[in-house]
Amino acid sequence: MFRRTLIAFLAIATAAIPACGEDTAPGDSATSPSSTSAAPTPSVSAFPATVGDVTLPTLPERIVSLSATATEMLFAIDAGAQVVAVDDQSNYPPGTPMTKLSGFQPNVEAIAGYTPDLVLVSYDPGGLVKSLKALAIPTLIQPAAASMRDSYEQIADLGTLTGHTEEAATLAEQMRSDIAGIVASVPPPSDPLSVYHELDDTFFSATSRTFVGKIYKAFGMENIADGANGKAGDYPQLSSEYIVSADPDLIVLADTVCCGQTAATVGTRPGWSSIAALHMGEVLEADDDIVSRWGPRAVDFYQLVADTVIAIEQQMAA
Amino acid sequence: MEAAAPSDGGDARPIAVGSLGVSWRWVLASAVLLLLALVIGVAVGPAHLGLGGIAASIFARIPFVHASTALSAQQESILWSLRVPRVVLGALAGGTLAVAGAAYQGTFRNPLADPYLLGAAAGAELGATLAIIFLPGQAFLGVNLVAAAAFAGAALAVAGAYVLGRSAGGMRSVTSLILAGVAIASFLTAIQTYAQQRNADQIRQVYAWLLGRLQTAGWQGVSLVVPYVVICVVVVVAHRRVLDVLQFGDDEAASLGVRPRRVRFWVVVAATLGTAAVVAVCGAIAFVGIIVPHTVRLMVGRSYRVVVPLSLALGAAFLVLADTLARVAVSPAELPIGVITALVGAPFFVVVLRSTRTAAP
Repeated sequence: MFRRTLIAFLAIATAAIPACGEDTAPGDSATSPSSTSAAPTPSVSAFPATVGDVTLPTLPERIVSLSATATEMLFAIDAGAQVVAVDDQSNYPPGTPMTKLSGFQPNVEAIAGYTPDLVLVSYDPGGLVKSLKALAIPTLIQPAAASMRDSYEQIADLGTLTGHTEEAATLAEQMRSDIAGIVASVPPPSDPLSVYHELDDTFFSATSRTFVGKIYKAFGMENIADGANGKAGDYPQLSSEYIVSADPDLIVLADTVCCGQTAATVGTRPGWSSIAALHMGEVLEADDDIVSRWGPRAVDFYQLVADTVIAIEQQMAA
Repeated sequence: MEAAAPSDGGDARPIAVGSLGVSWRWVLASAVLLLLALVIGVAVGPAHLGLGGIAASIFARIPFVHASTALSAQQESILWSLRVPRVVLGALAGGTLAVAGAAYQGTFRNPLADPYLLGAAAGAELGATLAIIFLPGQAFLGVNLVAAAAFAGAALAVAGAYVLGRSAGGMRSVTSLILAGVAIASFLTAIQTYAQQRNADQIRQVYAWLLGRLQTAGWQGVSLVVPYVVICVVVVVAHRRVLDVLQFGDDEAASLGVRPRRVRFWVVVAATLGTAAVVAVCGAIAFVGIIVPHTVRLMVGRSYRVVVPLSLALGAAFLVLADTLARVAVSPAELPIGVITALVGAPFFVVVLRSTRTAAP
């Protein structure tokens, strides 16, 4: 009985963990990393370097990343050659030194076995950071970003700690510019489109306070998860009744990998047949990984949403 | 007509009974409570349908009643494809878990027994977890493979516990069966936890399943559980008098013409089928199978002639109300029903216990 009650609270807590799948087809990111073989030499003169309470006396050459987003950022700023191991979720870009290390259930001894001079994590499960600190292994926590500003800051921090300050600044500026251009390319809608973002097939969603929610907000869309008014956190589990009655203009499926959801499977759900978006083909089947990570490929998702919004507007105009 | 609970050290107060073995006063009270729960469950939800609109829609579906619905097509869809099947499923699941809990408690003469005693929940959880990880979104013959795997897991776990218990201690020993159930449940839970940790990206789906849900099943969920629920309820209700006799012990029961091994086998099979079906469709909803029969005992008496039928009605009402609360507490978001059954059920149990002690002479 106690176990089930405990699970109840764990479930609510884990609702805030963004989904991420394993099998990801590489996207055509505008900010895809260049080949690591052509990576420029990092700047060693910038050391010792400090970010927060992490100070590196010398250039790190044995980085272990237990964060899929951090891995994408590292390779995007040409620091890939300094990475010796990544966790089992870091499946992008192709060719990462993927291992069986887990960012969710980390094994300190296994991590230490790579003799890292820098470890990157997105959160601190089971006192991992304290354990690594006891082994004198510098560890940087880069939590899930709440906005693109957070993402740019994390890229800059990684640039500082890896000696790729310029590349990091260039990447962030490129992303900022690309996103501004993408958002500007979409004409403001006469009536705001409503969107339902689905994290899994039990109807967990994301409000406008989240990283992905702010992407929809950038396009002037109304997020139906905001109707929960934060009563169930930023990642509420919505009622099926509510989703049907809200009749969203756009359904974004961020559970195509984790839960095998498609426009076709959604169409067979009880009561969902009355949702207009299903009949109009306005269901965006997104890659779980691209949607749930706050790294360079966020630009890809901005583009995907922009293309979809333009298509919907054109359909409505016709 | 009078019926008395067996003298196993508990409350043996006599109660007036009808043909079902239950006081008509309690039958009426239970029926009213269940009806009230069903009405509340259908009337309340995140989508505002209005009592008048719901009533008109219901009348419009009754043959030979010339009424027309005032609800829009979308509202009709919400009412008949989402809300009503959910309420019906909640009633079936709650009633079944409560009856199965009472059956297990009677069969094993253990007040702490619940429908998951022999590993049904652990088996279902392992089956569901493996299906979520390896077969996401897959269906076979229109049935979600998660539900199918959960049902198979529950049934196999209990079968395994039964075989293990029988080989270890013979059917004469209830204790050996319970210990076998504990061993099987622990073993399967260990595998489930390992599988879950190795696939942490699916941890939310697994937790969501573990905590139970009624919201996505629809009429298909209802049709899947109905046959097993019928088997479970019919068999357990038919054995309710025998369960009373079993409380005196196997030897005494045998001297009275009851065959304890056979009774135990069929009651466990029926209760397990009902539990497995409910868990497969709704997830492992905790608390119902233990708190409802106990509440009935505390309020009415210990005879299984009373406990079984009243548990059916009160279990149904309890889960419908719990699910309604899960729907509206943070509407339009939802709370897992397992959280509600635990948070509401435990204090309710304490209140009943205290009030019963206060009222006792």
